[in-house]
Amino acid sequence: MSSFESFDYDVLIIGAGGAGLRAAIEAANGDLKVGLICKSLLGKAHTVMAEGGVAAALANVDERDSWKAHFADTMRGGQYLSNPRMAELHAKESPDRVRELEAWGALFDRTEEGSILQRNFGGHQYPRLAHVGDRTGLEMIRALQDHGIHQGIEVHMENTVTSLLQTDDRITGAFGYEREKGRFKVFSAKAVVLATGGVGKAYKITSNSWEYTGDGHSLAYHAGAELIDMEFVQFHPTGMVWPPSVRGILVTEGVRGEGGILKNSEGNRFMFDDIPDLYVNQTADNPEEGWKYTQGDREARRPPELLTRDHIARCIVREVQEGRGSPHGGVFLDIAWIKEKLPNAQEHIRRKLPSMYHQFKELADIDITEEPMEVGPTTHYIMGGIRVDADTQMTCVPGLFAAGECAAGLHGANRLGGNSLSDLLVFGKRAGEYASKFAEENASIPLDESTINTIAQNVLKPFENPEDGGNPYDIQAELQDKMQELVGIARSQESLTQALDEIQQLRDKSLNVHTIGNREYNSGWHTALDLDCLLTISEAIALAALERRASIGAHSRDDYPEKEEEGVGKYNTIVNKNSEGNMEIRRESVTELTDEQKQIIEEMG
Amino acid sequence: MAKATFRIWRGDAEKADFVDYETEVSDGMVVLDAVHRIQAEQANDLAVRWNCKAGKCGSCSAEVNGNPKLMCMTRLNDIPLDKPVTVEPMRAFPIIKDLVTDVSWNYKVKEKMRPFNPRPADAEDGTWRMEQVDIDHVQEFRKCIECFLCQDVCHVLRDHHLHDEFIGPRFFVYAASLEMHPIDTDNRLEELKNEDGIGYCNITKCCTKVCPEHITITDNAIIPLKERVVDEFYDPLRRLFKIITG
Repeated sequence: MSSFESFDYDVLIIGAGGAGLRAAIEAANGDLKVGLICKSLLGKAHTVMAEGGVAAALANVDERDSWKAHFADTMRGGQYLSNPRMAELHAKESPDRVRELEAWGALFDRTEEGSILQRNFGGHQYPRLAHVGDRTGLEMIRALQDHGIHQGIEVHMENTVTSLLQTDDRITGAFGYEREKGRFKVFSAKAVVLATGGVGKAYKITSNSWEYTGDGHSLAYHAGAELIDMEFVQFHPTGMVWPPSVRGILVTEGVRGEGGILKNSEGNRFMFDDIPDLYVNQTADNPEEGWKYTQGDREARRPPELLTRDHIARCIVREVQEGRGSPHGGVFLDIAWIKEKLPNAQEHIRRKLPSMYHQFKELADIDITEEPMEVGPTTHYIMGGIRVDADTQMTCVPGLFAAGECAAGLHGANRLGGNSLSDLLVFGKRAGEYASKFAEENASIPLDESTINTIAQNVLKPFENPEDGGNPYDIQAELQDKMQELVGIARSQESLTQALDEIQQLRDKSLNVHTIGNREYNSGWHTALDLDCLLTISEAIALAALERRASIGAHSRDDYPEKEEEGVGKYNTIVNKNSEGNMEIRRESVTELTDEQKQIIEEMG
Repeated sequence: MAKATFRIWRGDAEKADFVDYETEVSDGMVVLDAVHRIQAEQANDLAVRWNCKAGKCGSCSAEVNGNPKLMCMTRLNDIPLDKPVTVEPMRAFPIIKDLVTDVSWNYKVKEKMRPFNPRPADAEDGTWRMEQVDIDHVQEFRKCIECFLCQDVCHVLRDHHLHDEFIGPRFFVYAASLEMHPIDTDNRLEELKNEDGIGYCNITKCCTKVCPEHITITDNAIIPLKERVVDEFYDPLRRLFKIITG
């Protein structure tokens, strides 16, 4: 590898959000040499934006909580399409993962007894989310970062991986470029952990940043791994809708956890009108009971604003479509109303939701302690992703692991708020642990120089394409428009077939895009290179959405409104690359619950 | 739709200058939106760092009309658009390209600082008991999003370039978050005095003024640390006590 800067690691981790950092810390625990690649600067990954909290059955606020209750809530929230083993491991291990953060310096809000405070969140039976106001993700990533930098991990900031390297099936490393000078880097590794996060940039309205182009999903797919349940894209019900430039920025579920209510233009609390059967017994009958729940009354049931995200997003879309929306095409989210209930409401809101207060004050001229916010759905998260073994997080490709949002299995058809931050910690640790084990048990394999040279040539192609080959930003914007329109909250055979056709056309165009300027920190070039990932995952989402002829969890088909197809049991969709290089899809029955798991779900109601 | 001109710094360490771009602006836009529009339509290779676009990650720091700002939180409504809006990189750090600077020095500084070191756990499950009132002030420091705007305006770094002797406001806030952490057991006062250069700060509060998280850097972090250093090393009684006890 004389021509490129090269690095040799036992374990290479791609992605430095919560999952990547946690995996790196675990992998660096022994004597192994660990490399960590971040697409941005360290500490800026999407984990930093998580607001509401990290779900863990610590039972500090309500002693009735337990891992069993958390397990049952996760399975129910995921419409029983989750991998039950992952849901069990997650529920059992997240308390330890949260406590460990405290040992690394994290400072969660406290109960009166001085323990970690927990708050209510959608779909969780008990107050379960450890939090720091509404900036929990920042606290978490900073604790991991500040601990991680002393563990001997080599960090490559502002580097992007464009290809995984393989010999036969086995993963041998990765190829990428650093942004600053555009120089190539070759990483040799015995094991690779993908922790690249989500795919939000495939959509026009999203809470995700430029980085979330499905890199890990796409790298894994091309390396021969399987993607499961890609149709399940979470549209978070509450994103900002006004002004246009901030459309999609997240408004934390914590607003509703603290008593915020949703209203339409007629002033009606429409969430009371449509409560799914699965949740009738757990939902308040009247506003007073809902309010009491948010204030910690253990006898009260939760308000319908704390139903699962998929359901609330659909209700909001319905209100808007039927003409009861807010002036800018959303609905109203009101936390200011709690002044009827609390003497010091304004101060209370500012203390509990400081970043929401500033976000609306500074970006929309709205004082949320005085007036309602306008909100609507925004692409937030993908439940689907790289298929991994529940215990080890290894894919079907030897030496390739995945954790966090880019991996799949825990969340099924819908993710509960707070279960992402705990997912990152639990499975980040497991991925790091088992990737280390793999690295210890397997020798490194020399890299193939000719393959690397071919990859390098391809990466430079946008500079060599004809000048009229097209602007990469235009292709990206066109894809985002089409995905929003055709593969959004409401889908149909017609829209999805059209989407697949549009994606193919955009793929053809993307091969010719032209990049101006040189290789130094050239955003146009980077955008051009991200297109392949975006198109790959967009195709996978549309193909899986077409395959699932039902409306369940986050996936809604106008032409198939029922939750299940008649005579067909519960299944996962699986996308992989076939021997001709084309994307193919199949179904597999979901992993059966064990008898013990069945019993837990029955017991927990 | 209204138009406005943005005078953006283009180039690298060797050669750079302002270039004017005219672009459409609309209600509620922030400076970063305008920069993105220019990047997508007129200057594909324009270098700019950004991530969350909601003031939470601290990536898009720049100087807008000479003021250190997060571009994603600077609304066009709040700046005059009848003359060109200048957008420049942070001047306290070496330029990489256009609006992107080399901030790697900050990461090296943090790595050299003594990390968190907790006392043994209070409870058998490995957890600690802390009162909310005892952590409120530390949580203020932990709001820091590492945008480095405080470093950018600090004259010790910006004008005097004492990067080797002075860690800057960001890392005094970090040191304060560790020193005042209720369960941390280390003492970092000697480093603060000798290696971190806390004495160079003459509390002009420029850092506090630009902090997008509204952390009261000078009053709540730097001054208390300075007082602790003074108590530890310059208090005559304590010095006498040290001489006697050896």
